[in-house]
Amino acid sequence: MDYKQIIASYADKPGGLIEAFHAVQQELSYVPVEAVAEAARAFNVPASTAYGVATFYSMFAVESRGKNVIRICESAPCHIAGAADVVAALEKELGIRMGESTSDGQFALEYTECVGQCQATPVITINGKPYLDVSPGKIPSILAEYK
Amino acid sequence: MVNLTIDGIKVSVPEGSTILQAAKEVGVKIPTLCYHPDQAVKANCRVCVCEVEGNRLLPAACAQPVMEGMVVKTRTPKVIEARRTILELILAHHPQDCLNCIRNGNCELQDLANEYFIRDNPFTLKVRGLKKDYSTPSIFRDPDKCVLCRRCIDACSVVQSVNALGLESRGVNSMVVPTMGGDLMDSPCVMCGQCVHACPVGAIGEVEEIDKLLAAIADPDKIVVTQIAPAVRTAIGEEVGMKTGDMPMEVFVAGLRQVGFDHVLHTNFTADLTILEEGNELLKRLKEGGTLPMFTSCSPGWINFCETFYPDLLDNLSTCKSPQQMFGSLVKTYWTDKMGIDPAKIYSVSIMPCTAKKFEASRPEMNASGYRDVDLVLTTREIGRLFRMSGIDFDKLAPSSFDSWMGAYTGAAVIFGASGGVMEAALRTVYEVVTGQTLENVNFEVTRGITGVKEAEVDLSGTKVKVAIANGLSNARQLMDQVRAGESPYHFIEIMACPGGCIGGGGQPITKVNAKRVERIESIYVEDENCAIRKSHENPEVKTLYDEFLHEPLGHKSHELLHTHYHDKNKKYL
Repeated sequence: MDYKQIIASYADKPGGLIEAFHAVQQELSYVPVEAVAEAARAFNVPASTAYGVATFYSMFAVESRGKNVIRICESAPCHIAGAADVVAALEKELGIRMGESTSDGQFALEYTECVGQCQATPVITINGKPYLDVSPGKIPSILAEYK
Repeated sequence: MVNLTIDGIKVSVPEGSTILQAAKEVGVKIPTLCYHPDQAVKANCRVCVCEVEGNRLLPAACAQPVMEGMVVKTRTPKVIEARRTILELILAHHPQDCLNCIRNGNCELQDLANEYFIRDNPFTLKVRGLKKDYSTPSIFRDPDKCVLCRRCIDACSVVQSVNALGLESRGVNSMVVPTMGGDLMDSPCVMCGQCVHACPVGAIGEVEEIDKLLAAIADPDKIVVTQIAPAVRTAIGEEVGMKTGDMPMEVFVAGLRQVGFDHVLHTNFTADLTILEEGNELLKRLKEGGTLPMFTSCSPGWINFCETFYPDLLDNLSTCKSPQQMFGSLVKTYWTDKMGIDPAKIYSVSIMPCTAKKFEASRPEMNASGYRDVDLVLTTREIGRLFRMSGIDFDKLAPSSFDSWMGAYTGAAVIFGASGGVMEAALRTVYEVVTGQTLENVNFEVTRGITGVKEAEVDLSGTKVKVAIANGLSNARQLMDQVRAGESPYHFIEIMACPGGCIGGGGQPITKVNAKRVERIESIYVEDENCAIRKSHENPEVKTLYDEFLHEPLGHKSHELLHTHYHDKNKKYL
């Protein structure tokens, strides 16, 4: 489904702008600026306002990124438990740096704040699904699920 | 009423008042930065914090409503320390670049840093290094200087309904950005410059072009001619230490000659001319069933707005160029002929209360004279700087009058500077043209003042003409939506992009409160009252122009030189 149809399906929902962005992102992995503009028209708000909403929430991205979004917690508990090693392993495995996406468009690497799973640090999420007690050794098998 | 004490002083204020308002009542000054008296409360800078007895935290005076029996202290050591820390934190993100800043000496943050004697900031300076935006010919943005008060966003959205500015991201990463984080030129910005007045610091300003003027004056092959817009005189005194309206026109003219202008002429001349062209255009539309209501076309911010948001209504716009551009095309044709000067030598400079005029002069179609019609547009503020740099002592200047052939004007032209003035001037002329009778009382009070939307009905020999006037683009939008819906009862609509009209234009001395706009409006009507001639069609030099050159309003030459057409801006994001 293209983003215009997705947005149209939320247009008569009061306050549906954020839900529309989620739905677009579900489909495209990010909310393109054109989709932000389309949503502004559909919800009858200025484009600058819709853009403000899309950039306010860290879970939305307005720039193109890989299909599978890997987020690594950078909060203190994960940091102490060795998040830096996990970051290094992910960067090595995927051949990209934090904040980048793989050239085949399959993976994006991002930091996140605490995801509330501090009982089993370090934690990463892929497309919102948490992986607990992650160590560098587990990275290849975790990524294999998405390849 | 609610009773409270502020610094030991008893005060009663209406329920719902804030501590800041109550403090003002009893003359207690509380510092502010994000607060703007004509805007909604934002309470994001925290500079106005105070101590309230029984309250552990320090509430922001701008946002905290008063309560019965409240005991407020505004100058305790705790308050002062908090304010200083807040200022230090703001300054830790602000370029320490005051000497090079357009707002040096007129900056609210600089004033606060001075008042709270910030000396050795314990926080490390961390400037973000954001890109400056010089994409428009009118307004620049320097986002590193932004203090995130959001006053510009309020001006752009609430006052102007343009919404070219918004926020991106949040927290420490948040920034004020043009639409979609792009350049101002790609946003729906209409270049009205109201954000410049709203900005407490130097994060937004006019694109300065004084150097171009100085080069032209120094060039012996150039003849530098200037025109002054109607709203400039009333405000220019504010730039050189006078009260609003106190600079006499003849002294202003003398000052301009002193800094090196070869000929001083007046946009008021073409304001009178506009009335004849636009008045006749209105009568023609009324008679021949043309597109109505007709919109005035003097305000370039408004033209940009119409081309951006209402491209379906461009046929309603008068085809008349603005007085600035009429002047531009005539000065290099009619006036040079009359003076026996080669138009190629003319460097045509206009002094405007407006930032959008810089853009208007740069429009590619504005070359009817065979040259670029207006070579340079300087704002009132830029001329103020030029005067200060030149060290002119206005008390000692011998008054001087305008040069001939495009310098004479009437009171009807003077009032172009205030919202409703174009309408009133048009009515003074149209009434006499249609009825053939002399208008005894030329004052149409109903068109005057800063009210957002004004309307009136005039009886022209049995034909009732309904007119409306809007100042500020949010107000204009109301009238435009009515027209778009086919429900507009009006024949003629005057729109000025800026609140109060040109006296509140984006190029005027930094205008911190709307009350200043009202003061300037009053001064405009005093100037009108003092004019011997107050109807545009009685301007003797305009009569000569028609007799010798244009021959008739809306004639062949007029169409060539004085009229224009408009384009849909096709902005990608609105």
